[in-house]
Amino acid sequence: MKRYVLSVLVENHSGVLSRVAGLFSRRGYNIDSLSVGETEDPNISRMTIVVRGDEYILEQIKKQLNKLIDVIKVMELKPEHSIYRELALIKVNVTPEQRLAITGIAEIFRAKIIDVASESLVVEMTGDEEKIAAFIGLVEPYGIREIVRTGLTALERGDKEIKQRKKYEEE
Amino acid sequence: MQGAKAIVQCLQKEKVEIIFGYPGAAVIPLYEELRQSSIEHILVRHEQAAVHGANGYARVTGKVGVCVVTSGPGATNAITGIATAYMDSIPIVIITGQVKRSMIGHDVFQEVDITGATEPFTKHSYLVKDATEIPRIFKEAFYIASSGRPGPVLIDIPLDVQEEEIDFSYPEQVVIRGYRPTFHGHPGQIKRALKRLQTAKRPLVCVGGGVLSAGAEPILQQFIEKAKIPIIHTFMGIGAFPTGSPYYLGMIGSHGHYSANRAINKADVVLFIGARIADRATGGSPQFAQNADIIHVDIDPAEIGKNIGALIPVVGDAKEVLQVFAEKIEPIEPFDSKEWLEETEKWKSRNLPPQPTEPGINPKYAVKRLSQILDQEAVLVADVGQNQMWAARNFDIYGKRKFFSSGGLGTMGYSLPAAIGVKVGDPKRTVVVVAGDGGFQMSLPELGTILQTGLKLIILLFNNQRLGMVREIQDRRYQALHGVHLDHNPDFIKLAQAYGFDGKQVTTYEEMEKAFQEAFTSKGTYIIECIVNEKESTL
Repeated sequence: MKRYVLSVLVENHSGVLSRVAGLFSRRGYNIDSLSVGETEDPNISRMTIVVRGDEYILEQIKKQLNKLIDVIKVMELKPEHSIYRELALIKVNVTPEQRLAITGIAEIFRAKIIDVASESLVVEMTGDEEKIAAFIGLVEPYGIREIVRTGLTALERGDKEIKQRKKYEEE
Repeated sequence: MQGAKAIVQCLQKEKVEIIFGYPGAAVIPLYEELRQSSIEHILVRHEQAAVHGANGYARVTGKVGVCVVTSGPGATNAITGIATAYMDSIPIVIITGQVKRSMIGHDVFQEVDITGATEPFTKHSYLVKDATEIPRIFKEAFYIASSGRPGPVLIDIPLDVQEEEIDFSYPEQVVIRGYRPTFHGHPGQIKRALKRLQTAKRPLVCVGGGVLSAGAEPILQQFIEKAKIPIIHTFMGIGAFPTGSPYYLGMIGSHGHYSANRAINKADVVLFIGARIADRATGGSPQFAQNADIIHVDIDPAEIGKNIGALIPVVGDAKEVLQVFAEKIEPIEPFDSKEWLEETEKWKSRNLPPQPTEPGINPKYAVKRLSQILDQEAVLVADVGQNQMWAARNFDIYGKRKFFSSGGLGTMGYSLPAAIGVKVGDPKRTVVVVAGDGGFQMSLPELGTILQTGLKLIILLFNNQRLGMVREIQDRRYQALHGVHLDHNPDFIKLAQAYGFDGKQVTTYEEMEKAFQEAFTSKGTYIIECIVNEKESTL
């Protein structure tokens, strides 16, 4: 099973998220993450959906998404032409003696310490999934209390915009 | 004007003449406006029947069928009808009442999230949150329901939205940026398809319900006769092509004809048009179209490649694409097409006509006989179960005849309310209901609707005192039966009489013929109850 990243422009009104999410569960598609937010046009939201499957399933997902009236555009963002980012907040156990070591790791990863308590601290970091996974691997020995992640969000590199892309069927 | 009046104005702008419905507290303002309008209201006896009625109406008229139900249980009762229409791609608009906006989400009396509940089987749905949105939403709803691949669209309207004052103006155009169905097939793809067809040795055309919803039957016939290609169809494709044609090979699938199934396994090129080729069509057979290059024409791109891989996909309206095909195709003669036609003819001779066997009435023969004496504009509406296949396989299609049934969802109880919709939509047509004693009892209350509207239907009821299709499966798989016996059926003829209809129970073919004649001459609805041997098989 391969992983694919889809960028989906949708109408920004209530009910759209449930339609999209419902489609995935109903048709048995595996979804790794889904993130959504408003775009430069307040009437349009953009979803980044990470799915798992084969070429056939990807094709089906794209077509079924396109059938939803509220879906304006569906585009696959391939890794070689895209930027993938995710934000994670990680609460790590830490003794005063260990603080410096963790700060050092965070610095290498260009992560920020955004909260410090007597026995823990919270690291904020962005990056692609591999970077986040690497960071988690390094701080794991200290004891991770909580992790929260936004899910992947992605954008195509270069001058092109998704809106200039043709509708899926015409590609 | 009030929201409710605006709704009625929208309906009139969409040329709606008839609505199927069942009122309730959440649609009272709308009913008051309907009362004052020219729109005729057919009061059904259960909300599901309102949706099936709109379904039958849409299928016979080609227009969008409309139904109205109230919130809560009214809306949930409609659900099976909505799913039925969705699976068969029937254009209908369902208007549901909803509790007041301020009460939504509080679990108040007769509140249900119907847009949420029906989301998987509506083409689209709306919850109207502001009465000013009514004109746009109705314009969009009718457009979405009837264009592209047709389907049901639901509009949920809170009670206080119906009472809100707005300035009414109906939009001229629909602008939905996420919805632009492709009508014209891609010229390059059409060219490739034609080229492949032209060089085929054993070509075959297989059509589905898409041909009927596009109104492409005449152009299909032209194309087939010009190209000289044998044709088969799916269950939903019944009525797309005359059964008497020399090119006609029958229906495919587990309940299909030998000749059709044989042909699809042997063909080297199959052109599918408006068919999604679901499990019932393939019968799950690995041999299905195994030797064939597939050309697949469908207006819904998601259907191409879903159930069967296509060498040449063509996204477009069946009628539009067939017009180009019919114009550009050359007769496929230079190759061994003649041999192919002769071979298919041989298979066809194995589709034996049903005989008047005994004991009881052979239902296949009964449908065949009725088909022989019905006029060329008759509509047969079949229920679900054995009766559906008895009807499907033995009702001949020619002229303007139509065959309607619940194909995708397989909804028992569909036939009677759908037939009401058909008769209301086209009163001049002879409308025949074919039902079993199981499904008929699911929609029995609709006899009240028929009585109230004074419609004339001919009801051919097959009474085998069994849920026959389930019986057959149990018998085959477990050699034991459970829960399929209907040994204590009511006296159906007395029941008909209670509603003021005539009817006859028939056990011999002589009685059957007489009952057919009486049914034709009877002023009102007439029920012919055929006593069928419980062991009668589907095929």
